[in-house]
Amino acid sequence: MLTGTRFSPRRFVAVMVKEFIQMRRDRLTFAMMVAIPIMQLILFGFAINSDPKRLPAAVLAADEGPFARTLVAAMANSGYFAMTRAVRSEAELDELLSEGRVQFAVTIPAGFGRDLQRGTRPVLLVEADATDPAATSNALGALNQIARNALDRDLSGPLATLRATPDPVELRVHRRYNPEGITQYNVVPGLMGTILTMTMVMMTSLAVTRERERGTMENLLAMPVRPFEVMLGKILPYIGVGYVQVVIIVAAARLLFGVPVVGSLTLLSVVMILFIAANLAVGFTFSTVAKNQLQAMQMSFFFFLPSMLLSGFMFPFRGMPEWAQAIGEVLPLTHFLRIVRGILLKGNGLSDILGELGPLTAFLVVVTVIALKRYRQTLD
Amino acid sequence: MNADLAIDVRGLVKRFGAKTVVDDFSIQVARGEIYGFLGPNGSGKTTTIRMLCGLLTPDAGEGTCLGLDIRTQSAAIKRQVGYMTQKFSFWEDLSIAENLDFVARMYGMPDRRRRVAEALDRLGLTNRRSQLAGDLSGGWKQRVALAACILHDPKLLLLDEPTAGVDPKARREFWDEIHDLAHAGLTVLVSTHYMDEAERCHRIAYIAYGKLMTRGTVEEVIAGSRLRTWAISGPDVGRVADDLEGKPGVEMVAVFGARLHVSGTDEAAVRAALEPWTRTPGVQVSVVEPTLEDVFIHLMNQSTDNFR
Repeated sequence: MLTGTRFSPRRFVAVMVKEFIQMRRDRLTFAMMVAIPIMQLILFGFAINSDPKRLPAAVLAADEGPFARTLVAAMANSGYFAMTRAVRSEAELDELLSEGRVQFAVTIPAGFGRDLQRGTRPVLLVEADATDPAATSNALGALNQIARNALDRDLSGPLATLRATPDPVELRVHRRYNPEGITQYNVVPGLMGTILTMTMVMMTSLAVTRERERGTMENLLAMPVRPFEVMLGKILPYIGVGYVQVVIIVAAARLLFGVPVVGSLTLLSVVMILFIAANLAVGFTFSTVAKNQLQAMQMSFFFFLPSMLLSGFMFPFRGMPEWAQAIGEVLPLTHFLRIVRGILLKGNGLSDILGELGPLTAFLVVVTVIALKRYRQTLD
Repeated sequence: MNADLAIDVRGLVKRFGAKTVVDDFSIQVARGEIYGFLGPNGSGKTTTIRMLCGLLTPDAGEGTCLGLDIRTQSAAIKRQVGYMTQKFSFWEDLSIAENLDFVARMYGMPDRRRRVAEALDRLGLTNRRSQLAGDLSGGWKQRVALAACILHDPKLLLLDEPTAGVDPKARREFWDEIHDLAHAGLTVLVSTHYMDEAERCHRIAYIAYGKLMTRGTVEEVIAGSRLRTWAISGPDVGRVADDLEGKPGVEMVAVFGARLHVSGTDEAAVRAALEPWTRTPGVQVSVVEPTLEDVFIHLMNQSTDNFR
């Protein structure tokens, strides 16, 4: 009996060989094992940039004289700012910032050039959307230097004396929505979207795949029930689960992390249905493809990874190259993050978030159609 | 279309990739009949049943199930058919009562609670109604599955190897119930591997490798095979078997304890092969009626396995 208890290389190799055979048979798992590292390499290697450049900024210039123009040009030249819009009123500026269309709002007051020449240090107001402190910190950090260097050239000859310290311009920076630059303010509401994505996609894809794996699907198909009835009946309970998660996260955000809740929680909970439904539809679609629960899990992960990396949850959205932003724009999490941060931190109302609801609805409709087409009423 | 036929399909074909699993299959089952469906594993029995209840779409062929077109009216067929899958396919993490209740809701049955309660009562499971279906033994699972399949009063019952892995007593009781149901007017199509079950069917069809080999009543099938069988008994039938195996005309040799069954369709050739043994002391040779099993094994040997 000693031979039976001793370590046997033959038996060990037999197990290993069997494992390789099974691995090769499960094509999808094999593909995932190759695809996931490649995806991670591409996303982390090319898409992610923690020093975002060319951040959109709007300018409200009450003085369009040479000094103001120099200053604006210098900001653009620094690479951090992209002067995308010139606006006429403060209200417009506010709206752009609130809807998240620009990262910065620059206000050049009337008589800027005159005050500069007089040496009375006019105020240059730069308001930043600081919901994501990481997106703005580098640009704001560079701002002082940009302003000083820019004016150095213009303040030559008789005006050279103005170059002396203190700076010729008083730079006033407002970090809106998150004045202290607290990372948690950005991360905790974002987590709501991330957690919902992960659990909703995974739970539905498993729920349907389980029916197939256990053989109960055959029974269900033999009964007079329509695909849409199955889909709706399977998805709705998880919407309830999603809301429980949301309540936990909102409570934790308030009580544990002190995240301000500026906007309406009612509005948030209404638009959240759209986001949850979009994720559930993705999960349902996966379940029509996956042959077993392991594959369903892998596919969920395959969806979750880009959602987390390209949505602006972990890294500033605007720091990514255009192709990555384009992918990000498709993902429901991207739009939901903007909505949840907008409502909680900026106090966005329905009109402010309409722009995000459109793509979210489109995603939901497209994926639902795919899911219903893929779900077969027969076993072929 | 014949109104007396519960199932009337012709020329059914089903292919999975390059494999033809069901090939030009036709069957007519009269209302109120228990029709046995026999054949080796992988012969296309399950596939045929699935096509009949609309779970699979045939690649060719046509026909009706309860007077409804199997191609276009599968939704209507599903309402009137009870289908019991080979593997227990109710929800193991639901209780018995919850499973029945779910089925009742699926068929939109009026008076749901009462019907479920009655079904539980009939099963004798009222006391165990909240037990999880997954915790039941094989025999009980089968009874629960049957109860669930007939809950909505189907007109046709499709049973796919319903008694696999069930003990003989439970099997006997199951068949008693099937006969009761048929007596009440239900048509039953049942696939099985058990010969004793085949003999309890009104009519049987034998399908091998996707093709129908024979059909009719048990007597018709046996007579139609033109198989002749001899029983040999004696002290050492194993030696006799070794000798007869492979002799011309001897198509089948099967040992049953101290008895041997030798069969073949060429009577003269088999007689010639048996000749030396008839004169051996202690060995008795007699002509017997072939059993259904003899006929089926004979058919199985004849058919070519297109999966090889």
